[in-house]
Amino acid sequence: MSATPVTATLEPRPRTAAEQSLRRNGWNLALFALMGGLLVIARLLRPEYGASDLQSLATEVLPIAFAAAAQAVCVIAGGVDLSVGSMMAFTTVTAAVLMKDRSDEFALVAVILVLLLGLSIGAINGLLIVVSRVPDIVVTLAMSFVWAGCALLVLNTPGGGAADWFKSLSVGSWGTEWVPRALMLLAIAVGVVWIPLRRSRLGLSIYAIGSDHVAALRSGVDVRRTKVAAYAVTGLFCAMGGLALTMNTGIGTPVPGPYTLASVAAIVLGGVSLVGGRGGMLGPLIAAFILALVRYDLFFLGVDANYSTVIQGIVLVVVVMIGGLVAIRRSRRRA
Amino acid sequence: MTDQLLEARGVAKRYGAVAALRDASLSVRPGEVHALMGANGAGKSTLVKILTGTVRPDAGTITLRGREHVIRSAVEARRAGIVSVYQDPSLVPDLTIAENLRLTEIPVRALRTWLEELGIAKLDLEAYVRDLPLPTLRVLDLARALAVDPAVLLLDEMTAALPADLTERVLEVVGRQRETGRSVIFISHRLIEISRLCDRATVLRDGETVGVVEMAPGAEDRIVELMLGPAPTGDESLSQPMDDVVDRTGVATGTTDVPRLVVRNLRAGTALSDVSFELRAGEVLGIVALEGQGQEELFETLAGSRRADGGEILVDGRSVRFGHPADAIGAGLVYVPADRLEGLLPQRSVRENIALPFSAPARSWGLIDMRAERRTVSEAIDRLQIDTRAQSEVRRLSGGNQQKVTVARWIATGVRTLLCFDPTRGIDIRTKHQIYQLLRELAAAGAAVLLYTSELEEVQLACDRAVVIFGGHVVEEMRASDADEAALLRAAYALPPGVPIPEEEAAAAVTSGTAP
Repeated sequence: MSATPVTATLEPRPRTAAEQSLRRNGWNLALFALMGGLLVIARLLRPEYGASDLQSLATEVLPIAFAAAAQAVCVIAGGVDLSVGSMMAFTTVTAAVLMKDRSDEFALVAVILVLLLGLSIGAINGLLIVVSRVPDIVVTLAMSFVWAGCALLVLNTPGGGAADWFKSLSVGSWGTEWVPRALMLLAIAVGVVWIPLRRSRLGLSIYAIGSDHVAALRSGVDVRRTKVAAYAVTGLFCAMGGLALTMNTGIGTPVPGPYTLASVAAIVLGGVSLVGGRGGMLGPLIAAFILALVRYDLFFLGVDANYSTVIQGIVLVVVVMIGGLVAIRRSRRRA
Repeated sequence: MTDQLLEARGVAKRYGAVAALRDASLSVRPGEVHALMGANGAGKSTLVKILTGTVRPDAGTITLRGREHVIRSAVEARRAGIVSVYQDPSLVPDLTIAENLRLTEIPVRALRTWLEELGIAKLDLEAYVRDLPLPTLRVLDLARALAVDPAVLLLDEMTAALPADLTERVLEVVGRQRETGRSVIFISHRLIEISRLCDRATVLRDGETVGVVEMAPGAEDRIVELMLGPAPTGDESLSQPMDDVVDRTGVATGTTDVPRLVVRNLRAGTALSDVSFELRAGEVLGIVALEGQGQEELFETLAGSRRADGGEILVDGRSVRFGHPADAIGAGLVYVPADRLEGLLPQRSVRENIALPFSAPARSWGLIDMRAERRTVSEAIDRLQIDTRAQSEVRRLSGGNQQKVTVARWIATGVRTLLCFDPTRGIDIRTKHQIYQLLRELAAAGAAVLLYTSELEEVQLACDRAVVIFGGHVVEEMRASDADEAALLRAAYALPPGVPIPEEEAAAAVTSGTAP
């Protein structure tokens, strides 16, 4: 038994670094291209579409983008959170109530308190799932009623207030007029949390439990603790989304917006696998912009708003289907 | 007994009414490669799970270097120095190799050294685990285990998915563990590897340790003997009444018609390489194999839930290709799975479960003739003596009665070819015999039955012939009268009957058994 040709076939063909990074970021690049295409269409349909429109687009998308980031974390960990919209409502009214008629300095304290609130309610979701062993989807559905109720307890009609410096964070531009300030805020806020997390052992563990929880367990991962941590991060991003809502409106509204389902749509379009373990943060964020741009373009085309939601749904299914077909072809080629 | 590195004594574990382990013991010396042997269901995997902390024993002690340990998790086992390589790779598929190493805090340099030793040094650590072929994953898993420098390395069917040259490397590297005073517990279905590699073997039967064998020439026979237990004279009470019950009409031998089912050079997945046999109307053909020799793939392919990668299936002389289970059912091939709930609707009634295949045949959504359905179902229930006290929900029936329902649903409308995959697993002895009897009756009425069984004594009780599969190939075909447990077990381990194995043949057997 001296021959070794069998081993030669055991290793996949070595890929160049460029090939590898293209393969890994293929979906994100495609999403970027799609977003670019939609922007070009907007410009063609309405030649005056320019920097200020881009700024208002970023401002409008900001809460949805945070919701997408929130949903991405728990779905990567193999769960799903149906209370995203309610947690955002709870945190936005808390922020508005804390900031109303207070000093600018206290507004900063309020922001920190609201972020901590998000972290804790997310952790409560996670703890309930882990302790009760009830499926994620059931627990978070139930908690969506609880957090929506809490929002009404804090503030039963739209109201509250916000500091001026705080409201200005999501409008206007940064440096050149082509870089919306809301976009920079999004990049910094998500980056500060996600980049260190992705490089930590906790981040790896989040991917591991979503990918294969038996393998994760055998690798020494504390599956339960990791799950609670993932939901806590989801809650943190929801709090950012809630703050963004207060930022945009200057008040707090105790009724959950359509953010839960929008966040699921964005992560699916953004390349996060609903069964867990796969996907990143950039994809869902771009996808949030794409979903908004589709609506804009349809509006510029003069399409009835009712048809426009139908078309948005079809776009979502078609794009994800194309992604699925590409994945199937790729695995066939390998086999 | 302080010279032992690892010692397990009096280990017992029950799952409900089933005792997986009664009184298992195992002692491993430092610098020893120790085989753990036992037929299917003897309790090997339960003992492994206990040693690695995934299952807690009901009784017994585990001592490591003279100190008693309670192992509660894989992490604790690892801290105590016991590291295991499981049958299914335990790397996280959606992370890269490097990320998996970071997750388990394995030093990359140590891993690199072991990968070199094992002959896959060129591995790209930035590759995703999900993109790697199974043999690479197995070897990577082994390298990862070796890199933490374990006192006791536990290998469960390590070589099962490996091509011949990698198997060689692995055996060599594992054997060298002794030089540094480290020990290995080696579980394998391949006696040839065990006699080459191991120093001693502990044999389990029915959850008990029945012997420890020093590996010397002739030890294989001793191991097989121990696995089988006392000569069949003691068990006669069990099989005798069955012979009275079973009326073997011998239809099979006389007929000259076209066989009901012909399988030629069938290949599927990684485990099923090349299997051929014929099944005639009126016969029960037994399939005998150790775990994971391709029998699952064979039955899945015949039942239409998996596509063949090569070879041919002929039903009544016509070549067929199944793309969907409905195609197989249409061709008269019906499947009774081992996991009863895989084939039943657990929340629905006995009646609906039996009626489903004929009242709602695949690809027809019309109205159901309720009266005809009731009549046919009642006949089937009577015929199988199904206890219908809990008939409103199938999941509340006992396992044996559930299995009867899975058979009843197919015979209610007349069955042509029945594919039974270990139908008596975990069923009480009385129901087992009823099922054997039913299979015989079906055959007598002209049906053809293909029966895979993990319990070797069933072959003589229920079958006319037996085909033995090893490593995805047919290695032996025998008449039921010759197929006693010893003969079957030898064949299933690919040992020639009663003669010591010459070196060349041993090597050839390893090669043919592992060719991908």
